[in-house]
Parts: sequence; structure tokens; C-alpha cells
Amino acid sequence: MTPADTFRFATRAALGYPLRTGLMVLAMAIGVAAVVMLTALGDGARRYVVGEFASLGANLIIVLPGRNETGGVNAGSFITSTPRDLTVGDAAALLRAPMVRRVAPLSVGNSEISFGGKLRELMVLGTTADFLELRNYRMAQGQFLPREDFGRASAVAVIGQKIRDELFGAEAAVGRMIRVGDARLRVIGVLDSAGQGLGMNTDELVVVPVATAQNMFNTNTLFRIMVEARSREALAPAQRQLEEILQMRREGELDVTLITQDAVLGTFDRILGALTLAVAGIAAISLAVAGILVMNVMLVAVTQRTGEIGLLKALGASGHDIRAAFLTEAALLSLAGAAVGYGLGQLGAWAIRLAYPVLPAWPPDWAVIAALATALGTGILFGALPARRAARLDPVQALAKR
Amino acid sequence: MAQIELEGIERIFTLGDSKVHALRALSLNIEAGEYVAVMGPSGSGKSTLLNLLGLLDRPDAGHYRLEGRDVTTLSSDEQAAVRRTRIGFVFQSFHLVPRLTAAENIALPLMLAGMSAEERKQRVGRALHDFGLDSRANHRPDELSGGQRQRVAIARATIMQPAMLLADEPTGNLDRQTGQEVTSLLEALNATGTTLIVVTHDPNMGGRAHRQLFMEDGALKQDLRAPSPRIR
Repeated sequence: MTPADTFRFATRAALGYPLRTGLMVLAMAIGVAAVVMLTALGDGARRYVVGEFASLGANLIIVLPGRNETGGVNAGSFITSTPRDLTVGDAAALLRAPMVRRVAPLSVGNSEISFGGKLRELMVLGTTADFLELRNYRMAQGQFLPREDFGRASAVAVIGQKIRDELFGAEAAVGRMIRVGDARLRVIGVLDSAGQGLGMNTDELVVVPVATAQNMFNTNTLFRIMVEARSREALAPAQRQLEEILQMRREGELDVTLITQDAVLGTFDRILGALTLAVAGIAAISLAVAGILVMNVMLVAVTQRTGEIGLLKALGASGHDIRAAFLTEAALLSLAGAAVGYGLGQLGAWAIRLAYPVLPAWPPDWAVIAALATALGTGILFGALPARRAARLDPVQALAKR
Repeated sequence: MAQIELEGIERIFTLGDSKVHALRALSLNIEAGEYVAVMGPSGSGKSTLLNLLGLLDRPDAGHYRLEGRDVTTLSSDEQAAVRRTRIGFVFQSFHLVPRLTAAENIALPLMLAGMSAEERKQRVGRALHDFGLDSRANHRPDELSGGQRQRVAIARATIMQPAMLLADEPTGNLDRQTGQEVTSLLEALNATGTTLIVVTHDPNMGGRAHRQLFMEDGALKQDLRAPSPRIR
């Protein structure tokens, strides 16, 4: 029997029992679709989080007040209690480290902005001139904060796109005076839209000089300090230099936490990668179940077609011919199931992307290949036993059974 | 040398702890082109003999030489090859594959032999014509009458031009008229030189054979030849 004939014969056999074939294809399809969709979800979550951190900008070191015992990144990294505050003086001192290119102290608070009788609540960010380039933001109009001494409280502000639209509408914003909290500030620029990053939406933000913000909130502490190293390779030495400087300024005690973007990214990447793998593993169970179903269905098929197998033997089919025919049929069913499942999975991933546009829910290539290979593999593996049973049927008994 | 030489054939089935002698000490020669009817009561070993002759079953003892070659010692794949090329089967219940058309059923042995689709189509077309099934080529078995089904089965059995045709109650599921037609068809094939061995209950059909074997309890009771045996 030529391979082409075996293939055609198996196809006819599979199509000869549409309900059985349909159910099996469906079972296999659900397994594959589950793998494709769940890995898409897991990998989408991973890419979303990684993207969030990547949008911080490259070569970043974040200095937080307070010591973190484990040194890694956890929820506590962002809300540590403050034994000794970070100050603008600390930020200025960090600029002296040779491996550091830019430093931006951050002071954050909520306040009200008003212009022409319009009033709204918003987030005020106090920082310095370096912040713009450090975060890779761009100006839509005007200019960013002037380069000046960190302690100087200039009465200027840079506003986000949405604030501009809401307060000024079609009018020009640059040069106008606004009120933020108790301070009257001159708008000197409008930030270009840059989307979200770490819970800060640049569209709904007012940026003022750090000293202005500290006056506004009546404080002299900083929320954090962002430091940009000279290069990616300079990250580690820069971190050591920052630690030395800060330790010196704190009587030898290093009660701050330094987070590099690499560490954050690496940690989340690892956690979410493991999660994706775990989810894929769970989905793979349904593939194994589908494989066992293939075996069951093929065993039923052998029983159902005992007479036919006997006949084929009488007509001179060798055990090899019959084994090949049944194995091909199992492989075909699995292949069809895998193809349908792949389509369903991609459809599901597309639906997820439609429902949650921020989540880049694309199934990773490795998962798709693994799912298809596993489907085909289980089909053939679990098809082997029924095929062997068919090949070994005693022709006399097989013929008698009809 | 006879075409079929059986020598001291024994076939024992074990049912539970009792042993059944389906064939005992059977020795038999059949020449090429003979027309043989095997008759006897149920359980006399007729079908076992036919299965043995068709290499579907192996004897527990004895030798079976087909065209001078001892086929009892062949591997099952070698036996499959012999079945494919030398032996045609016709069954009482036709044994057509229900999902395949008449033409595809007839083509099965050619497909198993690995013949190209082109040549297959030609041979099947000729067979369909010879058996008067031209208009039924693309019908499936459930759309055919009993007689047509058996004709498809016979066309399939003879498409490889086997040396012998083994028929197990070929008219058992057919009415008298159609049975007659099928019988004449088989006899016509025999007339062209194919050895025909028929297992039957029907004394009428048995009576038409040139040689009659009567079996009882797995042994050959009688070996009758018609007055003018047609042996070539």
C-alpha cells in the first residue's frame, strides 16, 4: 500500500464517521485552544508588566527612603516606612558620582488646579530639568522646567495634554497663569502624551520645580530620587557610588533602598514567565486527556471495524498496512484537532486583546509549537496501541464478527 | 504436482478446558482449475478447512503446499502477500466496506498491492463492465441489491486474477434467482481456469460441482467426483 493510498484510506475512514470524528477533533481542539489562549494571557501579562517598567527609561536607578531587608523587589519596596528622609541635598550630592548622568528628585502630592473658574483635582509632581530626558518625555509646546538650583522655587509649571485641553480648550496655554493649591504659577510648557508609567499618567499631571512642590506640600522630604547611569554597563558601579555617597551623608548607615530597573524587570520577568509556564502546564493536562480520548475512540473504531480489518487481511493487507492506516487516521484526527484548536486559541487571544487592549495577549511561539507538537505526539502515541491491536486481529475471528 | 496439497492437517481449538478437533488427519489434493464443493453439517470443519486453504488460519500439525510451496511456515506478512496475489475470497455476507463505493471496494486489493491509481482505474473499469456493474460504480453498498453486492464482492475477489477462488456460502444471503446468477458467474470464472472451492449447505449448488467433499467431525468422509471430472 503506497503512503498516498494509506493517507486517502485513513481520510475516508475518518470522514466515514462524522460524529465520532467531530467529537474527537473538538476534544483535541479544546486542549490546544486552552494552551494557546492561556499562554497568550500569561505572556500578555508578562509583557504588560515588563513594558510598564521598560517605559521608565533605560539605565535607571530608583532611590527610595528606608531600608529594605531582603534587597529584592516586593510590594514593600514602594511603601517603606521612613527612618531618615531623602532630601533635595541628597539628590544634589548624587550628581557628583562619576557614573551618573542625570538625577531627578521627585516630590509628589495631590492638589487642585484652577484657571478661569475651572477647578480640578490632579497629581502634582515636583522635580527638576533632568526629569524630561530621564523619562524620555517630549514637549508638545513650550519648554520644560528651567535648569536651576534644586532649592529654587520658581513659580512655573508644565502641564499634561489633558489638563491643557480641559482648562484652556482651544486657547493657548503657554504663558498663562494658573493656580495650583495656594501658588500662582506660569505655564511654560505642555507635555506630549506618553501614556502611562508606574501609575503616573503624564496627560493628567502638573510638573513644577521640586522646591515649589515642597513649599506647596509644606515638606522637605522627597518621594524618591531617580538616577540615570551613564550606560547600561555603568549601572552596577553607579549603584555602588550612590550607596557610598548616601552612606556618607547618613553617618555610615545606609537606610535607603536602591532599585535598578534591571532587577525589577528581571524579577517580574521570572515570576510571570514561571506563571505562564505553569498555566501552560495546566492546559497541557487537557491535551493529555484529549490524547487518552484519541486512544479510546480509536479502540472503539477498531472494534467497530473488526469485520473490515478481517476483510482487509483476507484481501492481503499486511499487519504493517493496517497499522499504518489506523495510525494515520489517529494522526489526522489529532492534526485536524490541533489546527482547529490553534484557530480557536488565536480567536480567543484576539478576543482577550479586544476586551483588554492594554494586555498584549499574543501566544508565544514556543507555546504554539509545543501545543501543536504535543497534540500530534499524543495522537500518534495514543493511536499506536489501537493500531497495533488492529494489526494483530485474528482474521478468521475478525471476519466472523459481523 | 497438484495445486493444493494438504497432508495430515490437524486443527484443534481450545474452548475452556475442552479441546475440539476441528480438522483431524486431513489429507487432500486439489488440481488447478477444479470445481470443488465442500459439504457437511454445521461444525463439521468446512469453514475451518476453507480458512486454512485461504491462509487465514494455520494448522496445528501437517503441511499445506500451495503450488509446490510449503505455505504453513511462511511469516504472516508473506502469507498476506500470497493471499493478495493467489487467492480470492467470496463471503456469505459480502463483506463490502460500507463507506466505499462499488468501484473503490473492487479496487481494494489493487490498492493493497500498491498499484498506481491510473492502472487501478483501468482494471476496475474493465471489471465493472465484465460484471455488469457499469451503472453502479459510484454507488455505496447500501444502495445496491444483494445480487449486485455479491457481484461487487466477486469482482473484488477476482481483480488480482488469483489462482483460486474460495467461496463460503456465496448464495446463503441471496434469493433463489439471484443465487443462480451468482453461481453461474462463479462457474464461468471456473471455466476460464480458476480453481473454485465452494463451501455450501445447499445440495443443489453442491451438486453442480465436479467434485464433492463431504465432511463430518473434522474428517473427510466422502470424496465424490462427477462422472466427467473437468481436470486440466
